[in-house]
Amino acid sequence: MSAVLPPAKLGEKSSLARVRERAGGEGLASAECPHPIPLPQAGEGVVLPARRPLLTKTGWTAFLIALIAVCAIAPILNLVVPADSAFHMSDYAVALVGKIMCYAICALAMDLIWGYTGILSLGHGLFFALGGYVMGMYLMRQIGRDGHYHSELPDFMVFLDWKALPWHWSLSDSFLATCLLIVAVPGVLAFVFGFFAFRSRIKGVYFSIITQALTYAAMLLFFRNETGFGGNNGFTDFKRILGFPIASAHTRMALFVTTGVVLLGFLLLLRWLVASKFGRVLQAIRDAESRVMFCGYNPASYKLAIWTLSAMMCGVAGALYVPQVGIINPSEMSTSQSIEIAVWAAVGGRATLIGPIAGAFLVNGAKSWLTVTAPEFWLYFLGALFIAVTLFLPDGVVGLVRKLARKEGQA
Amino acid sequence: MTPDLMEQGGARAAAYRSRTPSGKTESGGRAAGFRRQVEAGEVDIAHGRILYLEDVSVSFDGFKAINKLSLDIAPGELRCIIGPNGAGKTTMMDIITGKTRPDAGTVFFGSTIDLLRHKEAEIAQLGIGRKFQKPTVFEQLTVFENLELALKTAKGVAASMFFRIDSRDADRLAEVLRTIHLADDVHRLAGTLSHGQKQWLEIGMLLMQDPKLLLLDEPVAGMTDEETARTAELFLSLKGKHSLMVVEHDMSFIQAISEKVTVLHEGSVLAEGTLAQVQDNPRVIEVYLGR
Repeated sequence: MSAVLPPAKLGEKSSLARVRERAGGEGLASAECPHPIPLPQAGEGVVLPARRPLLTKTGWTAFLIALIAVCAIAPILNLVVPADSAFHMSDYAVALVGKIMCYAICALAMDLIWGYTGILSLGHGLFFALGGYVMGMYLMRQIGRDGHYHSELPDFMVFLDWKALPWHWSLSDSFLATCLLIVAVPGVLAFVFGFFAFRSRIKGVYFSIITQALTYAAMLLFFRNETGFGGNNGFTDFKRILGFPIASAHTRMALFVTTGVVLLGFLLLLRWLVASKFGRVLQAIRDAESRVMFCGYNPASYKLAIWTLSAMMCGVAGALYVPQVGIINPSEMSTSQSIEIAVWAAVGGRATLIGPIAGAFLVNGAKSWLTVTAPEFWLYFLGALFIAVTLFLPDGVVGLVRKLARKEGQA
Repeated sequence: MTPDLMEQGGARAAAYRSRTPSGKTESGGRAAGFRRQVEAGEVDIAHGRILYLEDVSVSFDGFKAINKLSLDIAPGELRCIIGPNGAGKTTMMDIITGKTRPDAGTVFFGSTIDLLRHKEAEIAQLGIGRKFQKPTVFEQLTVFENLELALKTAKGVAASMFFRIDSRDADRLAEVLRTIHLADDVHRLAGTLSHGQKQWLEIGMLLMQDPKLLLLDEPVAGMTDEETARTAELFLSLKGKHSLMVVEHDMSFIQAISEKVTVLHEGSVLAEGTLAQVQDNPRVIEVYLGR
């Protein structure tokens, strides 16, 4: 350090006096310091912040409670508690919460790229759908000869009078390959797209528009019958997964638990990532990208890394979503789906990790309630919610809760 | 000569150099010496110049922002750059730091590093630090985190993920925090600092990078007189070990720190010398005051 600054000079009055002498007693006239600058002494007076733990004690407690709720309480309430008991968790509730947990993974992924890095993607629906389609292809092959036409080929291929599986279906028979492709397909696409976009320094609204265009183009591609993705019907009518009947209560619960564990796992992973210096560089890119560059970091590689990770997370979410919902079709790639992901993150609170999860649950909970009670008002409600959050809650629900807690603490 | 003979020779030369007391080289104190080996990526200041611009030109939509600019800076020099608005001061810094590509000319860092071949981040890694005209800090991060990011370490993605601050870095951080008088504000968000404090924080981030050459664009704009005086002292203390290029409009500040002043006008050097010399220069007076 001493190579950088000889700090002792700071306190020397003579240099200041010389400074003033040369200035002819003008200009720096008020350079007479009211408090003489104290001579710095090494290792004194400066308390550097300690490393923060991954989660606080309350954080770990909450995490464990969530884990127990997902892995033990929900299965018991659904499978063991009799259906007429007040504590019974209905199959509908299991399906709904499972679905929302998939959405929450998407919202987390969006938060990573939008909340922390400041890049608004309107193409996350594409990565979600790609993961879903990879899983859907596997599930289609699992139907075997039980389909409508009792053929080895999926029904829609028989309908199109195809005689053999197209090349891109060749790995769909293996569950292991499917698991790899679920992250690899969105990951590779995001990497290639991101590589060129970030290298060309496309940012802000231009990036959002391009991601949206990419998603739209993919939707048009998947709508076509000859691409081999089932056209506008997509894939449905699944029978089993890993040999287990997909509609049985136990399989559904297993999928529910898997989704919950994956969500909590991602939460921990991101918590670590965001707390590392890597996470702070991301936030620095959001705040002042040029400064990051002149500090010696290459922002493009950081953006590319987080963008690819975010896309992979969406792929995993899509793959967990499809067996629980039982259908995947190109409407998952529609513009509104991608925008909704952004809404969840914004409502919950950007640049917090718990926020997007809360946002996904709040918005989708409201959606499933409103579309039953007042279906015609749902879209108005969603629009009003987004406007209200933008205007009054820039930090989302979590920001509001924190603000109230701080006020409580002061009072 | 066979490769192992060359290696032996290199080893002998290295041993010789290590025996020679530092500061007493055969080139009379300068780093030059004819046994000295130039290492790739190292700044070579043997010829007494750390920054060297020659015939640099750049135009934006026909407007010549920089016009055949030639300028050089010695190691350890504190050079002040003045000039009326639009003289090309900031554009020159953009060119040196890789933000703008010149249409023509050469820009060298030391004798061997062609800056035009490098990107912004690489140039920063080579040892050129820059302070912007408008203070640019990471507003949502704390003062500590701002400085930590600027720390001179590996800047790759994986390195950042597994980065842990060690005691040497911590000492450095503490020392810079004290130097920039923000030791009591370690936990404050940078966005809540005053304008002058932000300037200081940005200078502190530059110091963390430990650059060989510092480019400072209006470093005392918006500072109180006391802060300005402290900045002047800081710069004078940096002089000698680092090379500094300071663009400033505040003449009293320049008077306090400068030995050599360069006046830019319409993208090229109009005059060079001590402040008194350039202030007496009739062409400078004409440019500043009009006819």
